[in-house]
Amino acid sequence: MTANSNSHSGNSRGAISIRNVSKVYDPGGVNVLAVDDCSLEIAGGEVCMIVGPSGCGKTTLLNAIAGFHSISEGQIDLDGEMLCGPSKPLADQGADRVVVFQNGALFPWKTLAENVAYGPVVQGVMNKNEAREKSIHMLDEAGLSGVADKYPGEVSSGMARRAEIVRALINDPKVLLLDEPYRAMDALTKSIMHESLLEVYDRTKVTIFFITHDLEEAIFLGDRVIVMTTRPAKTKKIVDVKISRPRDYRLLSSEEFRVLVEETKEAVHEEAVKAFEAGERELA
Amino acid sequence: MSNQSVGGVAPSGFRLMLLRSARALRTPMPYLAFIGIGLWLGIYFLLNEYWKLFPFYKIPGPVEVVTEWVSRDPIWGTSLFTEDYYRNIWVSCRRIGIAFALATGLGVPLGLFMGWSQKFKDYTFPVLETLRPIPILAWVPLAIVMFAGFETPIIYLATLASFFVTALNTMLGVESIDESYFRAAGCLGSKKHHVFFHVVVPGALPFIFTGLQISIGVAWFSLVAAEMISGDYGLGYMIMDSYMVNKYTTMVMAMLTLGFVGWITSAMVRIAGNRMMQYRQKALGQGGV
Repeated sequence: MTANSNSHSGNSRGAISIRNVSKVYDPGGVNVLAVDDCSLEIAGGEVCMIVGPSGCGKTTLLNAIAGFHSISEGQIDLDGEMLCGPSKPLADQGADRVVVFQNGALFPWKTLAENVAYGPVVQGVMNKNEAREKSIHMLDEAGLSGVADKYPGEVSSGMARRAEIVRALINDPKVLLLDEPYRAMDALTKSIMHESLLEVYDRTKVTIFFITHDLEEAIFLGDRVIVMTTRPAKTKKIVDVKISRPRDYRLLSSEEFRVLVEETKEAVHEEAVKAFEAGERELA
Repeated sequence: MSNQSVGGVAPSGFRLMLLRSARALRTPMPYLAFIGIGLWLGIYFLLNEYWKLFPFYKIPGPVEVVTEWVSRDPIWGTSLFTEDYYRNIWVSCRRIGIAFALATGLGVPLGLFMGWSQKFKDYTFPVLETLRPIPILAWVPLAIVMFAGFETPIIYLATLASFFVTALNTMLGVESIDESYFRAAGCLGSKKHHVFFHVVVPGALPFIFTGLQISIGVAWFSLVAAEMISGDYGLGYMIMDSYMVNKYTTMVMAMLTLGFVGWITSAMVRIAGNRMMQYRQKALGQGGV
């Protein structure tokens, strides 16, 4: 997969180019190949969903883009500029690529409004008052007006997760990196999260790099679904989701949707079986 | 409750304190505490003054101690109505105040840096771990050799003991912070000093306050030990001095006073901690202070 064939994107901002990236971990002298020669072009404004078996190296890719981990080979560009590559294996962390974490990482010691205001203040782009005003405004937009001055521990996980996305968006990032953000949620909360994320996307057209295990989630949200192989991760199959936006929940019962889910499921299932067997051999 | 409207303005400050006190009286807690203390005094009385069992009859009984304590004209010279009593409390409290402030002021920053920078930890941790297990009593001769007078060596010993506890707990506190908070701070554009003040310090606070609770106890422990060995005033001195001249009633009074004052100081640390970590109180659904 080299060229982007996606037609949904009309945004030149936030294009990610992953070229021949490999990552070798070295825990205790045994090299483990987490990502093997992986290439992927994500257009600006695309919602790119990454699915694959647990521990296959999806998060390794996300960490490389975010600048949490180095890569061993290859290069990753953002809008034509190198994030990391042969000369600089670890990308700088920056507010143009904000991560929303699996278990949530709102600072528990700051209120939701303080959390949201944090980015612009530390970057020096707004003073405290401006940042607070903007935070309150953006929390309002996300339906969180009543809880701006509450601490993350006082609100539901769904509200906290929405606030975390607002905390990312206030920085006007080029890319949102989401690492299974809705994993621990019940189906009902999840569906509300999906609608609010789609609403955010329709408004901002920010590039979204979204890791998930949930195939329905992947197809419901994504422009493309990238199925990864079991470790070492490579792209196994790319499913184009040619369903028009804005999308809503009626889509879930449509024939078109079911067909895509089935198609993806087959590819994922194969890899899951491989991963499972590999896991058993490792244990035995 | 008819006087509380749903969703109304939450009471704060003094009113909240009153509300909480009123609520606390409706729980079993204060009554159980009262009964617990009553039972303990009762058993003490039975063993000591009623049955006069060995070895309890050798120490002054509760009635004797309390009578002396509240006497305007104490037999052994010290009670709630003598200046001496308060002077001893004041001297010990002042020493604790200085020692605790020093230990916190030095221990917290040291612990924060040790937890934050692996290199700094590599330099300092071996030294800390070598000095920390040395019991405070073993430092007494050194303290006397190093410093003149009573005051400085005593404060030095109390500071030393509580410093190690504070530094170690603070370091563990920083190490306990979830990696994702550092990452979140990083990808929101933080510089190093932002990470330090917005993640490291608040993230370590719960451990810091646990450490401070222990450290104030340790400070009292070493203070009293030091006062017993060399001192002119203070509760430790009062205990040792009364023992030397066979004023056992005064001795027990000083011990109980020490217990109460120690309890109050650790409660103060706890209250300060709760005030600084409002978010934890609120997350537990207890409302803020």
